[in-house]
Amino acid sequence: MQPKDSHPRTMYDKIWDDHLVLDDGVQAPLIYVDRHLIHEVTSPQAFEGLRLAGRKVRRRDLTLATMDHNVPTHTRDMRAAEPLSRLQMETLAANCEEYGIRIYALGHPCQGVVHIIGPELGFTLPGAVIVCGDSHTSTHGAFGALAFGIGTSEVEHVLATQTLRQYKAGNMEVRVEGRLKRGVFAKDVVLAIIGTIGTLGGQGFVIEYTGEAIRALSLEGRMTVCNMSIEAGAKAGMVAPDEKTFAYLREREFAPKGAMFERAISYWETLASDPGAVFDKRVEMKADDILPQVTWGTHPGMVTDIEGRVPDPAAFEDPGERESVRRALAYMGLDPGTKITDIRIDKAFIGSCTNGRIEDLRVAAGVVKGRKVHGAVHAMVVPGSEQVRREAEGEGLAGIFREAGFDWRGPGCSMCLGMNEDVLKPGERCASTSNRNFEGRQGKGGRTHLVSPAMAAAAALEGRFVDIREYL
Amino acid sequence: MEPFNTHEGIAVPLDRPDVDTDQIIPKQFLKKITKTGFGKHLFHDWRYRDDEGKEENPDFPLNQARYKGASILLARDNFGCGSSREHAPWALLDFGIRVVIAPSFADIFFNNCFKNGILPVILRREEMDRLFRYVEGREDARLTVDLEAQEVRAEDGSVYAFSGLDPFRKECLMNGWDDIELSLKHEAEIRAFEERHASAHPFYFVLNATPQG
Repeated sequence: MQPKDSHPRTMYDKIWDDHLVLDDGVQAPLIYVDRHLIHEVTSPQAFEGLRLAGRKVRRRDLTLATMDHNVPTHTRDMRAAEPLSRLQMETLAANCEEYGIRIYALGHPCQGVVHIIGPELGFTLPGAVIVCGDSHTSTHGAFGALAFGIGTSEVEHVLATQTLRQYKAGNMEVRVEGRLKRGVFAKDVVLAIIGTIGTLGGQGFVIEYTGEAIRALSLEGRMTVCNMSIEAGAKAGMVAPDEKTFAYLREREFAPKGAMFERAISYWETLASDPGAVFDKRVEMKADDILPQVTWGTHPGMVTDIEGRVPDPAAFEDPGERESVRRALAYMGLDPGTKITDIRIDKAFIGSCTNGRIEDLRVAAGVVKGRKVHGAVHAMVVPGSEQVRREAEGEGLAGIFREAGFDWRGPGCSMCLGMNEDVLKPGERCASTSNRNFEGRQGKGGRTHLVSPAMAAAAALEGRFVDIREYL
Repeated sequence: MEPFNTHEGIAVPLDRPDVDTDQIIPKQFLKKITKTGFGKHLFHDWRYRDDEGKEENPDFPLNQARYKGASILLARDNFGCGSSREHAPWALLDFGIRVVIAPSFADIFFNNCFKNGILPVILRREEMDRLFRYVEGREDARLTVDLEAQEVRAEDGSVYAFSGLDPFRKECLMNGWDDIELSLKHEAEIRAFEERHASAHPFYFVLNATPQG
């Protein structure tokens, strides 16, 4: 819409330019929001703010609500949730009714984790600016959208104005060339990226993931990679849309249909970064170097591969880093030098906005089929949405998990952040397909190791981490 | 939002990097539907030895007598990483923290601070080392944070100038302006943009359309 400069632009530049409402050089730029997702935990105070100021919701049609963060997963009955969680869910339902916002409440066939349902309903579209009061909103960047998490004040700002005040971030390219080895998945790619660039590596940037290995990923895999961009400190992560993207979205509930879809494609095809576009920071990795990953510490950058060992704090030159590692190992109850394959687990969690999609469950079920969960392990599978649950049950995956001794649950965020009753007990060690291994994230004193769904499934069967490549 | 001009107060050191919002306010305390009352749960898992928050951990700086009443938090790299929860700045504010000084902040947390009248100050790592030494090295270490001058001043006469603060954000903070009120003044521009956008990219506005052709 703006006259295009002749200089080559990145995909982020293009989406930014096409959403710039106002940039007077004095105030922070105002950008338009195409899609706003809300949930029960980060929205109540935003609605309360609107009410107190007597403001309206500007575009209720561009807003979609669901319940995910603290829903119970053993039942679909909101009354079974503990009182404070229930109050948040009831408050969301009441707010959506008052302001006329579409909501997929607990028990609705479209309910699920906000970053799972957006894409599967075609609410998520390439080229769109998508926001949500949740840091893992970066997931939607897999479609070539500019998607990022916002705070509750910003949720209120979007509800009231359908815009956001934002400063433009820098452009960063993370290129992964070559082909992934067998047994290496999108989760391993993004953990390896974070392990390489660090938790500050993406700070101040929107990351565009490029290269053969990224192109070869399914949309589900690309979502896993973009999902954890925030763990590298990035504003957002994105992948240029292509034929796979369009095929994924065609005929989805909220996606444009027919001629309108074709018109959309002709625009979406112009979004890819121009040849010669300048990235402020570039990182290149070889897919061939990436092995199955396992985190050993208390942030996602503290990661090694399945052939590795728990590091020795003494090996770190920087005193701050040495102290961090020492503290992390003390929390994790790990001794320096321990082989990753010697680490035993108590729990396995397969699910979350990172790895709760149907493809993740197919891979995990492939590992589990015909085998039994280790006697000392409690393992659970939490599908990302009701739709994923129906698909998994229809394909017989749920049966495979159940027969192996997995606990098969209803959709929600569940043990990824432990806001419902699905938590680790102090000292319990978990192989988890989620995104954060922070202290206490899955329960106070709980010890989280982030892995791919295949690795979590294999660990559940063996009671310790094993090299998934020997399993496939 | 309370305007921020010059703030003077006790500084408390939190000498560890990558302090995430799950630590600032653990998830079990996110279930309120108001913005107040989070202060008593600030850094809960580090501050208390029990789940109820009755038994203080004496090793944690916020519990130490010399730092009682602190309103300035010294932190390390990547402070506020993780979840977007605005409950983190709400908890800091409710506890009485008005300034966080660190070499780097996570993006969403940094934004959230400005919406709540908290000033996040970025200083170089070497300057942070000096500030940590200063605060840890004397009882009742008070700092003055002057937003207008963009300076942190210590009682020993040392001055730490900070940059990297957008003039608009500074102005909003100093005046306690309501961001939404400011944006709503641009309703005409928003509407004009929306019309252009809907005409150029109508496919973003057809959520309720019945399938065509």
